[in-house]
Amino acid sequence: MRKVLSGNEAIARGAYEAGVAVAAGYPGTPSTEILENLAGYGEVYCEWAPNEKVALEVAAGACWTGVRAMATMKHVGLNVAADPLMTLSYTGVRGGLVVVVADDPGMYSSQNEQDSRNYAKFAKVPLLEPSDGQEAKDFVEVALDISERFDTPVVLRSTTRLSHSRSVVALGGRRSPQVPSFSKDPQKLVMLPLYARGRRRKVEERMRALREFSERFPHNRIIWRERKLGVVTSGVCYQYVEEAFPEASVLKLAMTYPLPEGLIRSFAEQVEEVLVVEELDPFLEEQVRSLGVRAEGRRYFSGIGELGPDGVIRGRMRWEGRDPPEPRQEADLPPRPPVMCPGCPHRGIFYVLSRMDVVITGDIGCYTLAVFPPLNAMDTLICMGAGISASMGMAKAGLKKPVVGVVGDSTFFHSGMTGLLDVAYNRGDVTIIVLDNGTTAMTGHQDHPGTGRTLMGEETVEARAEDIARALGVRRVRVVDPYDLSRTEAVLKEEVASPEASVVVSRRPCLLLTREYGPRYEVSAEACTGCGRCLRLGCPALEKDGAKVRINSLCTGCGLCAQVCRFGAIAREEG
Amino acid sequence: MSDVVLAGVGGQGIVLASKLLAEAAFRAGYDVKANEVHGMAQRGGSVLAQVRFGEKVFSPLVPSGRADFLVGLEEVEALRYAGYLGDGGWAIVNRRKIVPVTVSSGSFRYPEDIEGRLRARFERLVLVEGERLAREAGNARTENVVLLGALSNFLDIPLGIWEEVIAHLVPRSTEANLKAFSLGRDATVEARL
Repeated sequence: MRKVLSGNEAIARGAYEAGVAVAAGYPGTPSTEILENLAGYGEVYCEWAPNEKVALEVAAGACWTGVRAMATMKHVGLNVAADPLMTLSYTGVRGGLVVVVADDPGMYSSQNEQDSRNYAKFAKVPLLEPSDGQEAKDFVEVALDISERFDTPVVLRSTTRLSHSRSVVALGGRRSPQVPSFSKDPQKLVMLPLYARGRRRKVEERMRALREFSERFPHNRIIWRERKLGVVTSGVCYQYVEEAFPEASVLKLAMTYPLPEGLIRSFAEQVEEVLVVEELDPFLEEQVRSLGVRAEGRRYFSGIGELGPDGVIRGRMRWEGRDPPEPRQEADLPPRPPVMCPGCPHRGIFYVLSRMDVVITGDIGCYTLAVFPPLNAMDTLICMGAGISASMGMAKAGLKKPVVGVVGDSTFFHSGMTGLLDVAYNRGDVTIIVLDNGTTAMTGHQDHPGTGRTLMGEETVEARAEDIARALGVRRVRVVDPYDLSRTEAVLKEEVASPEASVVVSRRPCLLLTREYGPRYEVSAEACTGCGRCLRLGCPALEKDGAKVRINSLCTGCGLCAQVCRFGAIAREEG
Repeated sequence: MSDVVLAGVGGQGIVLASKLLAEAAFRAGYDVKANEVHGMAQRGGSVLAQVRFGEKVFSPLVPSGRADFLVGLEEVEALRYAGYLGDGGWAIVNRRKIVPVTVSSGSFRYPEDIEGRLRARFERLVLVEGERLAREAGNARTENVVLLGALSNFLDIPLGIWEEVIAHLVPRSTEANLKAFSLGRDATVEARL
């Protein structure tokens, strides 16, 4: 049977067919839908782990019982999981272990565009790059076969464009999972120095064997056309090359670490000129050149952002010595950045913060949108958990201004708790706001340890940020409803003024999840003075209408605008 | 090969529209690739999706200046992505203005005479009363499917397949969506002549 599947649906299907028994991950665009879809089959144990390190360790433990396992994450998640990955390279596996990582060239939904292929080289593990949905599905099984044959975790790397593109995929049946068992082998699985030294040698032997294997790996293939130009490429860039260089011969690499050195040399010898086309880092180009092959890549093809067919077409023009034309843009169009939704529970908190003289260290989630005007209520952002830890550093540096760290609920469980333990332990005088909207909203409402439900749909314990804060040693812990602006403001002022660490949990579920819309609000044209105070909320339901303000159909009835209006001009719609 | 670019505002149902089109093209026997935007890009921001179908499709992304159709669910967004449309391509645009926060907060202005600008920019333009037709179909949220109905006049995909795909992918409000599709199709059937 054939179906139209997204790359992520295809990877999930591949794991299902390959007999994966355990899969764990943490949501992160563009990787999220892999686990959601795999859980949908009902036959594979799937879990949202609190973070990617935990996810990879869960998958590792599972594979040591002989079953096949998978961990999924976005590129920055692999930074979190890098610790286990580096040493899993030494222990190797029993059942196959595939680490799926989805990069985000162009940063559609990320804070950086690191090229995760470097991790495969760093950890000395094989790397596969599928170029469409069919390969995304098939390569999961291929990865698991390689993993078992060479006793190594295998990285399967996707990108936004593959994960979120739909293409036609031929489906197969499911292979039965192994029955789990465990036999002792400390020399393999206990990485204390004595045993790790032994495994270190095995890693090198394995890399040698993998290099030989890659020469005959059938998915590394040459499409012969004219011999004037040969293009070396991998992943979704292969598709762009087919459009931009239809006459060129192409070496399409599926395993991009370790590389088939003989195949590359022989390809290069049979063409007059070699180009390397890849997004982000010159990962292939540097390796190809290190073989002594004359090749160009980054000189013509940008390493910043997503290449896309346009980037490859423009690169071709540069290679031909032509200047690519500047893209033609319509003038004077108003920008349309993403915004906090109407009725978003984060709005109240950030409105209050925007009116306080504090430094706000931010974190990853929908609430990062508070950085934009009119709220302008975020001062720093680097990664998950840093909203708490960075506030600690500012306070300890001796900054006179109060510091407020903000963190979402899912992010708090992911990596905020250790930062908060630091705040409590080292007695930081900061105010931490946990923005608890009861879900992982940005990535599409995944469950987490605070929601009381697992990815498999089972009811479970509900972790509470305020309980955790107290258990970590924070003495001042408050809970507010961010729809209640005056109390929220009073509590925040008290906690910011208090001379010790405090945690404020701002609790109100994401409206996109509950869909509990109240009666709409309207502006009385007589009472409205056009002062614009309500517009400082940055709510898409409020529009400037001449000198006054009006409320459009997007209103969800949260009532924040009525609370900030000083003229009583905003009230619930009658009837 | 047919290249379709869909532009609009997060929340207007661009992802569903691209899914419906991709599935319909697949069932009509074409190779198909489509792409869509998730995550941060969706929260009320400008959203783009692309669907390509034909005998064999390589890139899931349409190169600039190559699209056969630009379906705009919102007028400014249609203009924003005008560069995708190739020579002789059709712009099918919903007569709908959604004011971005950058405008409602007073920092930018929504272009005056947007319709004039659309006419000046697009040689072949079909304007669709999406909002009115969606309401007529009984569900204000079906503007995306009204526009698909309009697009369907230009594509070689049998009506029966469209109906099958709508029933399959929108099981909970099939009826309103079928109505929306046929209203969009009927309202613009003469545009091509």
